[in-house]
Amino acid sequence: MTVTMTTATSISRRRFLISTTAAGGGLALGFYASGFASARAEKTVAAEGNEVGAWVVIKPNDDVVIRIARSEMGQGTLTGLAQLVAEELECDWKKVTTEYPSPEQNLARKRVWGDMSTGGSRGIRGSQEYVRKGGAVAREMLIEAAAKQWNVPTAECKAEASIITHVPSGRTTSYGKVASAAAQLQPPTDVKLKDPKDWKIIGKPLSRLDTADKLTGKQVYAIDVKLPDMLYASIMDAPVFGAKVKSYDEAKARAMPGVRHIVKVGETAVAVVAEGWWQANEALKALDITWEQGANDQVSSDSIFAFLQDGLEAKEGVFIGNKAGDAPQAIANAAKKLEAVYFAPFENHFTMEPMNCTARVTADRCEVWGATQNAEGGLAAAAEAAGLSPSQCEFHKHHLGGGFGRRGRQDYTTKAVLIAKQIPGVPIKLIWSREEDMRQCTYRPVGLCKLSAGLDEKGELVGLRMRIAAPSILASAAPNRLDKDGRDSAAFQGLNPGGAEGRPGYAIANLLIEHAIRNTHVPVGFWRGVNTNQNAIWLESFIDEISHAAGKDPLEFRRKLLANSPRHLAVLDAVADRIGWNTAPSPGLHRGIAQFMGYGSYCAGAAEVAVSERGKLKIHRLVIAIDCGYAVNPQQVAMQTEGSIAFGLSAMLYQECTVKDGRMVQENLDSYPMMLMEDYPRVEAIVMPSGDFWGGVGEPTISVAAPAVLNAVFAATGKRVRTLPLKNTKLI
Amino acid sequence: MAKLNVNGKRFEVNVGGNTPLLWVLREQLGLTGTKYGCGIAQCGACSVHINGEVERSCAIPLSSVQATDQITTIEGLSLAGDHPVQKAWLALDVPQCGYCQSGQIMAAAALLKKMPKPTDDDIDAAMTNVCRCGTYQRIRAAVHQAAGSANGNKT
Repeated sequence: MTVTMTTATSISRRRFLISTTAAGGGLALGFYASGFASARAEKTVAAEGNEVGAWVVIKPNDDVVIRIARSEMGQGTLTGLAQLVAEELECDWKKVTTEYPSPEQNLARKRVWGDMSTGGSRGIRGSQEYVRKGGAVAREMLIEAAAKQWNVPTAECKAEASIITHVPSGRTTSYGKVASAAAQLQPPTDVKLKDPKDWKIIGKPLSRLDTADKLTGKQVYAIDVKLPDMLYASIMDAPVFGAKVKSYDEAKARAMPGVRHIVKVGETAVAVVAEGWWQANEALKALDITWEQGANDQVSSDSIFAFLQDGLEAKEGVFIGNKAGDAPQAIANAAKKLEAVYFAPFENHFTMEPMNCTARVTADRCEVWGATQNAEGGLAAAAEAAGLSPSQCEFHKHHLGGGFGRRGRQDYTTKAVLIAKQIPGVPIKLIWSREEDMRQCTYRPVGLCKLSAGLDEKGELVGLRMRIAAPSILASAAPNRLDKDGRDSAAFQGLNPGGAEGRPGYAIANLLIEHAIRNTHVPVGFWRGVNTNQNAIWLESFIDEISHAAGKDPLEFRRKLLANSPRHLAVLDAVADRIGWNTAPSPGLHRGIAQFMGYGSYCAGAAEVAVSERGKLKIHRLVIAIDCGYAVNPQQVAMQTEGSIAFGLSAMLYQECTVKDGRMVQENLDSYPMMLMEDYPRVEAIVMPSGDFWGGVGEPTISVAAPAVLNAVFAATGKRVRTLPLKNTKLI
Repeated sequence: MAKLNVNGKRFEVNVGGNTPLLWVLREQLGLTGTKYGCGIAQCGACSVHINGEVERSCAIPLSSVQATDQITTIEGLSLAGDHPVQKAWLALDVPQCGYCQSGQIMAAAALLKKMPKPTDDDIDAAMTNVCRCGTYQRIRAAVHQAAGSANGNKT
């Protein structure tokens, strides 16, 4: 098997320079495109009101509109970013609403709103400084405008809750009254940000700004867009990735009700366009599409497993992520040795809103209505597919019905535009059937991991080695982000020796962590928590194995190794205390514990489970702690923590995407089940921000739930589950 | 022409009888609060009430719906978004991405109509809608809160 490039949008380098986003996936435009008409550059986003600095619009009635460059997909970043701006703006929080600036405006205005890509739990930590400055700039401009009107020094004025006061005289005015004058002023270039101890809005568990419309059906997701004369499309791409269409039978489909067009999309896909989506999808099924045969038709889960096994022992194509001392030697000389191999399957994001996009293309315009984690990437994909310059395109961004990394890729936007281009002037809403959505994912990578360890006579850990054999996400999603020698740094999430993103924290004198890249024809991509999921399961399960082999308590064994990692230790101690580690659990219950760092945040989890005499697992309780440095909205941090558990445990317990005859086997919930209410445990989130750093929130806690539960399963049964999902193992 | 009664209004739609109710609601009537999730009646995002019972509209052919059937969608659950379930959802800030929440709310409203004070086990049995964001804990709390307010008991 060889590295196979995926369906990721290729952006023409003639028109764009491609820059990379840190860990979020997807491509961003590095530089603004030339050729934007100046008239469009001056177009403001808000229908009324005055733009005071780039981030804030103030309306005459004192309403405040805060611009949000990142995408809201449930993670609460919209509310958190608004809190950051509002804190420095000194505005009345009750008057705050938000809006998305469009990517074409961002490009036209020289990326005044910075990076729009949203992934890698970076929405807040990646932009907190410049959005706070955006709020501070606006505040200074508003104060200056008031001071000028009163003819007093700005130093004598202060702002609070959208009211400006001239302190010596007691005169007051409101933001709405001076906004027009403030908008004409030159923004200050140097503003001082508040000391965190003075924060009044940051750090408060404020309600989300985007809830009300989600309760009444009013929230318009991309899939809900309505346009005059719109037609609907359903598509089927090659089930064996990349295979070319060989034949399809139009006659039967053409005769079906509502069918208007049958179009080829690229060389690999066919779409039906009809008056209704269900009609389009029914006709699509009647096309009997066949694809050219190829070598990938022979690929199966078994052949992939054998390919990965080869990587466990391979000498070539192996990259080092973390090395200290001489682990192989230390383990070879150890008094006691352990070895184990763990397996994790491909996984699908299964966003509740399937991939979809609406496009209208004419000879010189392309308009797109979509949901994306990277609006600039979506614009670039639309322009490329339409064969137009981005200045001729518009991207209308909607809230996402789930992202989880999937919507960092723009393949669904590309396909919608390729269809719409063939039916000029008519808006086409492309919705992928759930089956198509599950067949055409960029899957979380499959992986094998062999771990070995050595203990001395006293049961002290003298060496640890991890060899991961797995596909590379970067090779599939963003090859320009691979290291020069081909190393995929993302594979070592949470396993790196240092850096802000994450490190194991354990003091291990002899350590070797390696990744043998084994790429298959299945496209892989970012997923909630991405590689922290598997890396944490592998390392934290094996640390548990080592502690038992050493005859030591799993908590105390970890505590000793973490003695010089105070923040790792603090979250671990917090969950141990809360679950009552040093007291016996209720009869029938068993406990497990784990810690892991990812996305710049420290996390730990403790689980209480029961396993019935028939081998049925019930997770009763999970305590999860997170130290994300600054918690902009502790309630949102708790909600992300609670939510990540369902995502991580669904995969660990039930889910796997397998491969047969080169195709993905699971196509819907009947074969890819989710955790439901009845299986969701009591979850206690401990949000313990220690300050002085900005860690991510949406993803890091996902990593600790699964190993905590797996370690508790071992405590309950003596059985170490090393092959996921757990449903494939008989516990009793 | 098929006749429908949705949210107290009468409609006539001209679409094939095998078209699932979900797509009629969304595309013919423009009621897009009811969502497509799986198309096989498993995720619950398409939940509506038919004569007070919660049903998954993606698996109900138009031809099986009578003109006399009272269909209620999320848009018709309350006039001002103030059904006790919606109020509890707002108070507890339940939604994350929100895509499944129309269905969750419709399922919860139907449950409380039958069972004004459900236990956790009752909620587990009745609420089988998927939430990929994992809001289950807050959904359960919000159902309890709505049960309290529905009976005039402040919880």
